[in-house]
Amino acid sequence: MFNKDRWKEILEVLTSNVWRTIFTAFGVCWGIFILIVLLAAGKGLENGIKKDFGDIATNTMFMWTRSTTRAYEGLPKGRSFEFRTSDVQAIQDNVPNLRFISPRNQLSGFRSGGNNVVRGIRTGSYNIYGDYPEIINQDPMTVTSGRFINYNDINEKRKVAVIGRGIKSDLYEKGEDVLGTYIKIQGVNFMVIGTYKKNSNDGDGEEAQKEIFVPFTSFSQAFNRGEEVGWMAITAHDGHSISVLKEDIVGEMKKRHKVHPEDNRAIGYFDLYEQYNRVESLFGALKAVAYIVGIMVLLSGIIGVSNIMLIVVKERTKEIGIRRALGESPWSIKLQILMESIFLTIISGMTGIILGSLVIYGINSLLDSVGPVDMFLNPSVSVGVVSGALMILMISGLLAGFIPANSAIRVRPIEALRTE
Amino acid sequence: MIEIKDLHKSYKMGSNSLHVLKGINFSAKAGELVAIMGSSGSGKSTLLNILGMLDEADSGEYTLDGVPIRDLSETKAAQYRNKFLGFVFQSFNLINYKSAMENVALPLYYQRVARKERQEKALNYLERVGLKEWAEHLPNELSGGQKQRVAIARAMAAEPKVLLADEPTGALDSKTSYEVMDLIQKINDEGNTILVVTHEEDIAHMCKRIVHLRDGVIVEDKKVEQVRASEYVQ
Repeated sequence: MFNKDRWKEILEVLTSNVWRTIFTAFGVCWGIFILIVLLAAGKGLENGIKKDFGDIATNTMFMWTRSTTRAYEGLPKGRSFEFRTSDVQAIQDNVPNLRFISPRNQLSGFRSGGNNVVRGIRTGSYNIYGDYPEIINQDPMTVTSGRFINYNDINEKRKVAVIGRGIKSDLYEKGEDVLGTYIKIQGVNFMVIGTYKKNSNDGDGEEAQKEIFVPFTSFSQAFNRGEEVGWMAITAHDGHSISVLKEDIVGEMKKRHKVHPEDNRAIGYFDLYEQYNRVESLFGALKAVAYIVGIMVLLSGIIGVSNIMLIVVKERTKEIGIRRALGESPWSIKLQILMESIFLTIISGMTGIILGSLVIYGINSLLDSVGPVDMFLNPSVSVGVVSGALMILMISGLLAGFIPANSAIRVRPIEALRTE
Repeated sequence: MIEIKDLHKSYKMGSNSLHVLKGINFSAKAGELVAIMGSSGSGKSTLLNILGMLDEADSGEYTLDGVPIRDLSETKAAQYRNKFLGFVFQSFNLINYKSAMENVALPLYYQRVARKERQEKALNYLERVGLKEWAEHLPNELSGGQKQRVAIARAMAAEPKVLLADEPTGALDSKTSYEVMDLIQKINDEGNTILVVTHEEDIAHMCKRIVHLRDGVIVEDKKVEQVRASEYVQ
């Protein structure tokens, strides 16, 4: 089946009319090229958008309190309430499959006007967060020097702070040692124990690098929050969707704070997972469009191949007649035509894949040289896509050769020999 | 070797039916060299096509070397053609992008003979038709007579039981015709059964037996004194 003679013959047939073969091949080549480039462009857009999510654990929700909108159990509507630290334990006890539950408190400062942080003669206004150590897993950051908050800080209510590299450049001289120095936050001194850097590159990039993290307990004490919890960041275990679990969590909170079970506006939340899924499905749709357009273009190439194979069969009618008179079986002839078609399709498809890859490579090196572009990053196609494309080519070659191969064996040898 | 009983064949031409063979009875023993003669339309080519399993008879019996030939699938017919028959055509019908040797080796390829053995045999047959030096040449680099000799070598390569030649000299001048007939006679001398369709008297008389066809029936079947073609070949 895969012997030297057959391959020799395939090459002989395809090279006997080189330009015709090349023009035919171009159709398939172009189709697969479009497919690859479209998929890569979609991937580039996807990478760019997903970069904006940074490394944030996407299976996460944020939850805060608002005022009630329905009267319940003798309490009036319009009542405001606060989460308490005991709520954290309650969620932990009553809702399974949660990985992290981080209560948070915040002092707003960034761009709010009044400076809230002082160091020597330098001042600035920054967001200050009271946090538990787990927050670093939910809102990932890289600790560039020193360390992050730990449980000793929490338990002993140490007045320590981890600051962003943006703050470092605001409040410190270049090259100045940061660790062990003190900054004054709303009149309370905190010792700097670490610096961090965040990876997200969205519009809040600057703000994200100018935050101060202090232990939750010391924050509460220093800024008179008592048992209050401003909001919570809750992450579910992998394999459990936070979108599903959030019903239980919110329900539990309603129960504890005497909120009417149908009062949906009393507790605000933001479901990151849902947002992320929306983006995911957008890119799914984009990918589907790329496949449809690519395959449609490819289809016209395939029809071209099929057409040419029909012409080739017509031209070789007599030869096929001779070969059958000499005793070649119809199957062997059919196989020959099919293999020619598949070979032509795959070779031209491979050329398309290579050209597409070169273009992607070119775009990548262009992106590298001009620096990052908004919402577009590292366009690429995976090995899976390439082997999928080859699979498509194999099948389409088979389809393209099918009609010509059948018409080749339909010709009876005696009729084929009669054409002079 | 060949046994034909009451063979009928008609072609449908639109609403008309053309009765081409009207009951042919014919037999040929092993080693015979038979000329089938007749004017055009006499049915001689149709007869040869049926003998060559390229066409099927409407009714009648055909036995080739004891094997009944009827209701063959295309695959089976291809197998039988390959094993039992060698074809020589008027227009040579060589495959023009294959060298002389590859053309000769073709029937062996369909028998799945190994490549090396195939080439050896093909060269051997080319040598027998005197074209060993032309083995690597393409058909369009050969003269008409040479092409027909390659075609004969190809027909012989599979060592068939019967060689069928359809106007083998039809496209050749008389000198080359005699050379080709000389070759056919030599092959016959080695004991091969050969059927030659021709309308040329001189070619027919180089066979050992002449069968005349007219309007789909055999009108004459006679043994003749064979004229050796070598007398005309210098």
